Amino acid sequence: MLNRTRKVGIAVGMALGLSVMPAAAAEVKIGVISILEGAFAALGQDGIRGAQLAVAETGGKVAGKDIKVITMSSDASPDSAVAAARKLIEQDGVDLIVGPLSGSEGLALRDLSKSFPGVTFLNGSSAAQDTTLRDSSQNFYRFGGDGAQWMVGVGSHAFNKLNYKRVAVVAEDYSFPYTQVLGFMTEFCAAGGKVPKKFWTPIGAKDYSSIVYAIPKDVDAVFVALGGADAVNFLTQYSQAGGDKPIIGGTITIDQSILDSKGPFKKLLIGAPAGTPTVGDYDGKEWKAFTASYKKQFPKGFSAPSIFAHHYYMSAKAALLALDEVKGDLSGNHKALRASLNKLQFVTPTGGTMRLDKNRNGIIDNFVTEVFQREDGTLGNRVLKVVRDVDQLLGQNETDFLKKGPVSRDNPSCP
Amino acid sequence: MRATVFLLPLALLPIFANEFWLVHIFSRALILGIIALSLTFLATYLGVVSFAQATMAGIAGYVLAYFGPNTVDVGHELPFAAAIPIALLMSVLSGAVVGLIARRSQGIYAIMITLAIAVAFFYFTRQNYSFFNGWTGFSGLRSPQIGDTALRTPVVFYLLCLGVAALLLAMVSGFVRSPMGLTIQAVRDARRRVQAIGIPLTTPIVSAYAFAGFIAGSGGILNVWYQERISSFSVGLGPIVDILTISVIGGLRHPSGAFIGAVAFVLLDTFAIDFVDRERFNTLIGVTLLIIVLLAPRGLRGLWDDTVARFGNARDGGENTGKSQQST
Repeated sequence: MLNRTRKVGIAVGMALGLSVMPAAAAEVKIGVISILEGAFAALGQDGIRGAQLAVAETGGKVAGKDIKVITMSSDASPDSAVAAARKLIEQDGVDLIVGPLSGSEGLALRDLSKSFPGVTFLNGSSAAQDTTLRDSSQNFYRFGGDGAQWMVGVGSHAFNKLNYKRVAVVAEDYSFPYTQVLGFMTEFCAAGGKVPKKFWTPIGAKDYSSIVYAIPKDVDAVFVALGGADAVNFLTQYSQAGGDKPIIGGTITIDQSILDSKGPFKKLLIGAPAGTPTVGDYDGKEWKAFTASYKKQFPKGFSAPSIFAHHYYMSAKAALLALDEVKGDLSGNHKALRASLNKLQFVTPTGGTMRLDKNRNGIIDNFVTEVFQREDGTLGNRVLKVVRDVDQLLGQNETDFLKKGPVSRDNPSCP
Repeated sequence: MRATVFLLPLALLPIFANEFWLVHIFSRALILGIIALSLTFLATYLGVVSFAQATMAGIAGYVLAYFGPNTVDVGHELPFAAAIPIALLMSVLSGAVVGLIARRSQGIYAIMITLAIAVAFFYFTRQNYSFFNGWTGFSGLRSPQIGDTALRTPVVFYLLCLGVAALLLAMVSGFVRSPMGLTIQAVRDARRRVQAIGIPLTTPIVSAYAFAGFIAGSGGILNVWYQERISSFSVGLGPIVDILTISVIGGLRHPSGAFIGAVAFVLLDTFAIDFVDRERFNTLIGVTLLIIVLLAPRGLRGLWDDTVARFGNARDGGENTGKSQQST
């Protein structure tokens, strides 16, 4: 039991040492939370790059103050995002937080932000609908869209151009895919389409045979909102079982890594439409400039900024623009800064004008893309359509939109 | 009393430590230590390594979330005076059920069975929305108020965790001296001989698991107040392995090892990212844990005992409890 006293001695010493740390005045501290461990680590790292890029473009200074970036890792769980944010706030004393990466983490930080009115939170790339739509928080900003905004254009394209009348849904069972399905079904059902069956699978599932054989024969296509390995597993098993329905992709379903992987399922993907706010080889001039800047700053990064780099960049950029406008004034619980953020407008890397709605959610550009076969036989995504000024209500009346209730397995529904 | 000698400086800690250290280091370490204590108790006195302790803690946490104040529109709010006993009761029951299922298993088989139960529960919470609210889980969980003070206030919360930890350690040391506690240790040492003299194995084994469920449940309730949320991730493989790690680095031969392991774990978990490249901090955690396990096969607690013994000033003459002969 003696070690207990020694332990306390050490701990008390450390605590004393820490509590007398001086606070640097001429510094703005920005905490960045992203997923730096597990399956998302490579993508999470790209999110950090996005935030660093925005800081680097200002030369590391804003309104005469040095910018200090402190990164923290979460592991896709809400609990870890909250723990990371608490450490950044209470131990490192950050003024602003940029992050997190994934859906339910965003909901958790939105809740946490209400307990820390002296810190301004800017969402990274998390895209659950209710993070800003319902029960929003005065100091939580999202300079980006939610999963529903990211599907805008796809539902009407599938119904009008591709003539799909009945579509089955296969998606992971949590907040982000629910929001994606809402985005797709809002347009698709309004156009007259039907979704007779939805399959929700646990994230990380390996065996999809029970779903593959239960997909109704009379559907025209399958909307697949799965990410990474889940998408590969499902598509492989579906094609091996003789499935031949065309695929419609969610935002993270058909990325370049899936198009580059091997397997007979790839023939199912040719011509598959998908919705996304970020297209790696988009040829807009702002995007080209953004990609060049990214590549110059991070020669070891990806060949083009990912959706995560893009979104962390926009959030960090918004924070820095607003900080510059208010001359770094963070007094009175960031009063001036928040007023500036609320009415901030800037040109995004996709060429649109980023601004916020009254719930502090971004009004964004969205792309409808299509998988095509290049001359050398490899597959890529190309842009079919750019939809500008997509808001969180998907262009609908606010009362009607809210009346439909929070997204879930059964909402929306049009069987 | 010897215990007060150690408790007093810990109780005075709020005078020195700032809020971050008090809550996010010491309270968190105490909470994880309590949950790890339930595993250490089973390992020390029953000789079984259970992977279901985070699950038992999670059950108490979920019950409290369901019957307590939350912001997700799931559950029925009851007063804390009812919700807390229900939560503890459910964790004790869950412990008993796990014990009943795993009662014939030892060693690697007990690990497999408890792990299977834990993972099944994890997937159940993730997919069930009517009781567990699926992936997202419960948020906005508040601790009870006493007068004007919430229990979550840093100093109060730390003292609460400390008090609960001390109480549970005292309960463990009392329980293992009781007739049932002695029977449990007899089962650990010689199952067949216990059976041969006519004592059925089921009762002591299930009691040991149920008592472990009580310890884990107490930690689970504190954990919900600490996190102010609970989700499927709180009962996933991550926390399960964390609890095992804490118990192993602390030392599985003595209950207090759980708390020593927890302090080491929390310090590493919180500060490793400050010491190395942000992309590599998990490597540092892993290497440190590996070094501890290699250099101190009986955990940090065992390392301390060895050091004391080597310099010949072991005042107690070594450990007075828990000389385990377990083979796992």
